[in-house]
Amino acid sequence: MSNLQKFFPALSLAVFVAAWQGAAWVLDSNLLPSPVTVAGVFWLELLSGQLTYHLGSTLIRLIVSFAVAMLLGSAIGLALGRNKNLNAFFDNWLVIFLNIPALVTIILCYVWFGLSEASAILAVVINKLPNVIVTIREGARTLDQDLLDMARCYRLSRINTLKHVIWPQLHPFMMSATRSGLALIWKIILIVELLGRNNGVGFQLHLYFQLFDVASILAYSIAFVIVIQGIEHTILKPLDKQSQRWRR
Amino acid sequence: MSDIQIEVRQKVYPAAGQAAPHAAIQDFKLTLHAGEFVCLVGPSGCGKTTLLNIVADLDQDYDGEIRIARQQARPKIGYIFQNPRLLPWRTVRQNIELVLQGRDATETVDFLLETMQLTRFQHVYPERLSLGMSRRVAIIRAFAIDPELLLMDEPFVSLDPPTARQVRELLLELWRKRPHTVLFVTHDLREAIALADRLIFLSPSPMSIVGDIRVTIPRDLRQDENEIEAFRRQLLDGAPHIKQLL
Repeated sequence: MSNLQKFFPALSLAVFVAAWQGAAWVLDSNLLPSPVTVAGVFWLELLSGQLTYHLGSTLIRLIVSFAVAMLLGSAIGLALGRNKNLNAFFDNWLVIFLNIPALVTIILCYVWFGLSEASAILAVVINKLPNVIVTIREGARTLDQDLLDMARCYRLSRINTLKHVIWPQLHPFMMSATRSGLALIWKIILIVELLGRNNGVGFQLHLYFQLFDVASILAYSIAFVIVIQGIEHTILKPLDKQSQRWRR
Repeated sequence: MSDIQIEVRQKVYPAAGQAAPHAAIQDFKLTLHAGEFVCLVGPSGCGKTTLLNIVADLDQDYDGEIRIARQQARPKIGYIFQNPRLLPWRTVRQNIELVLQGRDATETVDFLLETMQLTRFQHVYPERLSLGMSRRVAIIRAFAIDPELLLMDEPFVSLDPPTARQVRELLLELWRKRPHTVLFVTHDLREAIALADRLIFLSPSPMSIVGDIRVTIPRDLRQDENEIEAFRRQLLDGAPHIKQLL
């Protein structure tokens, strides 16, 4: 990468903000507040504690539903990928769940189980689960049979086989499921909060939508994007680097 | 160490697509004496690898039994595959230690690494090793578990002749220090004579034993290519049915 290329991400972000500022200046309307105005709202919400409270509520929902979806999805995906009969039986179920709109699942969960935290988490998990299953199932299908035979021949325990032979092969698929999962889950959580919770970023967005307060809507959205970027750079990328250190 | 009995009455591959079912092995019975180095020699595709997979319990769809003599238990197997099958995300030492499953065998691993001249590479990942070195790691891994039976499936195939010779000599050095019962598959008769106590000749599919010959050249003379060649000629001249197979 040349020296100039290193500055491209920052440069492109600066160009984007400048274009936004220019468009806001030309339009001069409340419907498109300038970045400076949005930054001001962001700062005020942060100082008042509102932003941290609602962002925290959403983040807790994200962590719980993400963990449940990844754990369950990985186990089911691995089982379907390694067992043809099981896969043949459940394949249609997967297709159905993959194609149910998120909104339908959320409404049904709230109708059936009430406007509770558990319903909200369940709705998010049901939406995310099929994607994780499909991704991990593909990974499980590509597991190197030679390495599995080696593990069997040397009588490795199930735990050691899973930890040292299967998991490293599934790692790229897990990372893919994690990244797409985070992107999908936080969007679904916002709808879940908008429809049936009294806190969280989604709830706030709903409130500011009723007030036609575009600056606050953008401030909360940007806060969440910053959090997701933070997770990518502080957790996912180092994990990726660590697990790929054996490659040339 | 005990003798090991291998009996495969029949191994049939079921029909697949257009291909009809076919018997890969028929009436195969072999006793490996403790500490013996036995080479299976047969034409390509005769079922040698199938037999090794059965012995290693990787293939359970057959009629027969593999057991330690006078016991019902299956022998503990160390398997050196054609492809080394090392885990690329684990270093040389970690690959070896994995099959030890937590057992502390630091001295054994150090000894094996030193004998196979790999001490310097113990913390290197397999992607950075040559094929010859990877094969040596696979040999160490198999010896490390102190197996009752070592299976080797053409472990020197696709190595250039000098490297193959070097790895072969290192293997023999290790085997002399740690004499395990070995079942070694090859289709190279010279290689088999250089290594084995006993040569088992196999027919094409369905595989069965067509010759069982003891190698009489003293081990200290096996470096001599002329000795090997003389034994090979004598063997083939005396057994035209084997000559026809190879």
